[in-house]
Amino acid sequence: MIDYAWLIPFIPAVSFVAILFFGKRMPKKGAEMGIAAVGASFVLSCVAAVQWINRVEDATGHKQGIRAFGKGLVSVGAEHEVVKPVIHNVTWWQNGLVKFGVGTQIDGLAVMMLFVVSLVSLLVHVYSTAYMKGDRRFTFFYAALSLFTASMLMLVVASNTIQLLVGWELVGLCSFMLIGHWWEEGANSDAALKAFFTTRIGDIGLMIGIIITFFAARTFSIVGINGYALSHGADHTLMIVGASCLLIGIIGKSGQFPLHTWLPDAMAGPTPVSALIHAATMVVAGVYLGARLYPVFYNGFSIGDGGVNAMALIGGITIIIGAALAFVQDDIKKVLAYSTISQLGYMVMGLGVGAWVAAVFHLFTHAFFKALLFLGAGSASHSGAHHSFDMKKDMGGLRKYMPITYVTFLIGTLALAGIFPFAGFWSKDEILVTAGHGGYTFFLYVGLAGAVMTAAYMTRCVYLTFFGEYRGHGEPHESPRAITGPLIILAAFSAVGGFINASPFGIEKFKDWVEPTFVFPALVHPDFDYAKAAISLTVALLGIGIAAYYFFRREEIGALKGLTQRNTAAHAGYTFLVNKYYLDVLYTDVIVGSIKGSIARAAYWVNQNVIDRTVDLVGIGARRVGRFTYDVVDQRVVDAAVNGIADTTGEAGGLLRYVQSGRVQRYALTLFAAVGLLSLALVLFN
Amino acid sequence: MNWFDESALTLAVFTPVVGMAIVLLIPKANEQAIKVVALLTSLVTLGVGIGILTRFDYDHSARLGKFEVDNSWIDVIHSRYHMGIDGIALPLLILSMLITVVCIIYSWNHFPEPHNPKGFLALILLLEVGMNGTFCAQDLILFFIFFELVLLPMFFMIGVWGGPNREYASIKFFLFTLFGSALMLLSFLALFFTVDVPRNLTADHFNHTFDMVLLARAGGAGLVSSTQNLIFAGLFLGFAIKVPMFPFHTWLPDAHTEAPTVGSVLLAAILLKLGTYGFIRIALPILPHAARDWAPWIGLLAVIGIIYGALGCLAQRDMKRLIAFSSVAHMGFVMLGIATLTTFGVNAAVFGMVAHGLITGMLFFIAGSVQERFETRQLDRLGGLLTQAPKLGWILGFCAMASLGLPGLAGFWGEFPAILSAYNPAAGISDITFRVYMVVAAIGTVLAAGYLLWMLQRVAFGTPKAEWEGAHIHDMHVSEWIAWAPLLALIVVLGVFPNLLFGMSDGAVTHVVGGMSKVLGG
Repeated sequence: MIDYAWLIPFIPAVSFVAILFFGKRMPKKGAEMGIAAVGASFVLSCVAAVQWINRVEDATGHKQGIRAFGKGLVSVGAEHEVVKPVIHNVTWWQNGLVKFGVGTQIDGLAVMMLFVVSLVSLLVHVYSTAYMKGDRRFTFFYAALSLFTASMLMLVVASNTIQLLVGWELVGLCSFMLIGHWWEEGANSDAALKAFFTTRIGDIGLMIGIIITFFAARTFSIVGINGYALSHGADHTLMIVGASCLLIGIIGKSGQFPLHTWLPDAMAGPTPVSALIHAATMVVAGVYLGARLYPVFYNGFSIGDGGVNAMALIGGITIIIGAALAFVQDDIKKVLAYSTISQLGYMVMGLGVGAWVAAVFHLFTHAFFKALLFLGAGSASHSGAHHSFDMKKDMGGLRKYMPITYVTFLIGTLALAGIFPFAGFWSKDEILVTAGHGGYTFFLYVGLAGAVMTAAYMTRCVYLTFFGEYRGHGEPHESPRAITGPLIILAAFSAVGGFINASPFGIEKFKDWVEPTFVFPALVHPDFDYAKAAISLTVALLGIGIAAYYFFRREEIGALKGLTQRNTAAHAGYTFLVNKYYLDVLYTDVIVGSIKGSIARAAYWVNQNVIDRTVDLVGIGARRVGRFTYDVVDQRVVDAAVNGIADTTGEAGGLLRYVQSGRVQRYALTLFAAVGLLSLALVLFN
Repeated sequence: MNWFDESALTLAVFTPVVGMAIVLLIPKANEQAIKVVALLTSLVTLGVGIGILTRFDYDHSARLGKFEVDNSWIDVIHSRYHMGIDGIALPLLILSMLITVVCIIYSWNHFPEPHNPKGFLALILLLEVGMNGTFCAQDLILFFIFFELVLLPMFFMIGVWGGPNREYASIKFFLFTLFGSALMLLSFLALFFTVDVPRNLTADHFNHTFDMVLLARAGGAGLVSSTQNLIFAGLFLGFAIKVPMFPFHTWLPDAHTEAPTVGSVLLAAILLKLGTYGFIRIALPILPHAARDWAPWIGLLAVIGIIYGALGCLAQRDMKRLIAFSSVAHMGFVMLGIATLTTFGVNAAVFGMVAHGLITGMLFFIAGSVQERFETRQLDRLGGLLTQAPKLGWILGFCAMASLGLPGLAGFWGEFPAILSAYNPAAGISDITFRVYMVVAAIGTVLAAGYLLWMLQRVAFGTPKAEWEGAHIHDMHVSEWIAWAPLLALIVVLGVFPNLLFGMSDGAVTHVVGGMSKVLGG
């Protein structure tokens, strides 16, 4: 399978076409086609993963070569077994007689992503049969899900940067289509457009980054670019610029500050889409890019040196600003959306501080527990709140009516909050430990602060949704099996998934299988640090404790009630957060509004009143000159004076008369004649 | 198959004349016969094109090869009937043939007022002669005649079948382009008189020639740079007005707004390409030094066009005028690629021309169909197309995505390599200048997403406006399906398998660029 990996994205692509053209005629309206295709992709992904793992395990013991080379990147004595990625290419396009390929590059990172994407996609496909039942565009929804899965898998297996860009934009297209799934309402299509534009801003960076890395390494191949970035001859300046541009792409796609504003709006799409695209897979494409071309970032941002770099800083800022906004949301999906932004911040920061394995591991665990939380929120809304997502108005007390949804959501919350032994604990802790170890102490504190906030806002979310009195107007009940089934599976992964890389137990399989050994910088892997783990666990529990105290006791302790109404500072902070730091005002009203409004209008005014007016004036001028020549020069002077050669002058005047009478063909003829005369002159005087 | 090779290009160019003659002989009342003859003619022409496509030598796409014809023609001015086709011209020739066929199919039941299929179809066939001929000509005079031949039918199409302001638009179109052509002709004559070619190479052993191949081989030999630049100026104006480049573009929105649907499609899909093709075929290889001197300025106008065209789009309330302005932006990418004088840039330009022809042609078709159904193109009055005519709505969405350069569809391969090429222009051209252009062009892609998606949102999303509520809107007609299917399929196929086109153009492009860098010594 590892050699035929192209099949993995190809199957859902075929399914997309089939559903698009024949879906409505299928008994289950296309859903069965989508599930079968993604199921097949999932099986093939598992096969590929097993084959890759076997390769890695086989290679253990055959220590050969050095896995990193280049300036200062070789750690002395670091000899590792090299397992090369499996790459297959066919010609895609050519230029200057050089052929460029398209193909698959399968390694640990790719198989890990294949597994995550196809699994979550499969579960979302199943979940949607119940959740989207009776939707007005059910078949279209499944077609779009298939296209998304195909594009995302294509992005994952991409062997070169152009292919990556293709997958990257196609998942953006699917995101656009699915956010705007209910496009009858203006708010939904606005959200879809906003998502597309904002990520396109980031794509400027991605495109230029690809261009720069191409001209630096003279190849689009990912392995080639990585090899160049680690080589002695690599141009550090080019790598700085290239890495910065690529980072802009990551910022756009992975919801990093300051381009994160589209992600909460993207919640306008159906909930399964939010789980799949806007939590588990598409939004991590940016992180995946960072992991894929890591040597470029490693070189460009000098990640091995510690201190502060742009990547870590962007990630760190995003952790905090995302988590802060999650506190003031009443919409459960928006809480989760800001939480996703914040968690993506952990991943980007992890890459920025040299915690490659930890960041990718967090991507892995986050996909499960965040998909779980979104699907749980969808379940609560679908069966408990009449399709509303407002926790304050329509939820509350659902714990009693929806036990499976409640328990699985709780597991997801604990995993997200980083409580031992759930999945999020292992991955988040690993990021923090590596940050502290690699000279990035500041980011260790940022991560800890984020951990407190995460635990607290999730406690608020669980409290508002599942505790207290039911505030909705329906009759809440548990969701059908098609919904609870995926929740249980994801809950299982969220609960125990972290043990694949639980270093205190001596298990580091995730690192062994996923971390590249071929053209990759020699990163440090600090040992498990019990003290730091204890601290991160303590702060998470602290966050839960504070929030629980506030929410559960609020009614009893008067001082806590209505705090934001009474305290000016608290109120100001609250307003600032509710308005999302006023970034949306800046982007939508100030920047987009002025380009779309006054700047575009001004440009068009210039077009009509300056440039086009000049053209018209030339025309009018020519007619005036013609009339003058005919009336004054021709008729009164020439014609009157020299009757003998009247024929000739008649012709000349005629030329000008045709201009005003608009007989264009004859005008053209005479103009050619004039040009002929001019050229004759050229001959004579040459 | 020798007979075919020898006559293929002549057939490709002049078959439509035969069809036109037959159409003119059929009485006006017999509309069915007229339509059938016109369609058959265009199909036969396309068949010749497909014949050429199958017998073309893709491994040596720079050579004119077996289809080359070189006969004496107007000896007194040393102009010859020299036709030939290489990997740059071939895709455009096929595009021109294909677009003609789909335009005739699309018109089948919707001839614009004042109806008269006989005149309309005869003009389309005449137009095809000019378009096909321009892409085949290898002699400057021959090229000029074909280049000018397209003006007349288009002038009448706009002037007779156009919208309310058709007279103004058609005369403006004609005079504006003619103005450029006149200067272009002057430059052709100047090339003839100033460039010395070895006597043993020309057919009549004269040391001056209009032969484009020989002139390109001479590469402006013997001309001082000021003369080269001056001659280039004439060529530039002739071609830049046709493209059209900022600030010579103002004829375009008016012509498009007033032209009948099919006229707009032909104008956007083929006529604009005559200008960009002229740059690649004539201006660059024949005057390489001047091209290099002019490159930063052409690049500047190109990126201004990208941004300016996009802003113009954002200010529009008329769907068709918006698409017209988008052409200014898209052709900016093509010209940016050409201005880099690199293989990446010129390949991107060729791809961009074909992609723009398919995609913008489709967008104009859709605008026409929308207008036919709603009797308006005003964006404020449209909305909810997807609820009333879902298939048409989705096709609009598809084409908008293709037009904004979505990877996986044809538009991407004209846009991305053009931006890429600007990072590293040919030797002797300022890197810094072009890298600034690169960033500006990349920003233009965001604006493109802006105006196209806003248009899509206003036309297709939401619910129908009150005046159309409950109105019966017919979704796709059969003639629309037949006409559009090949274009839609090609947009996908070329997007997924770009080497179908790059494989064709690359050899020829590499030859042209290689010839230039040999002259420029870089």
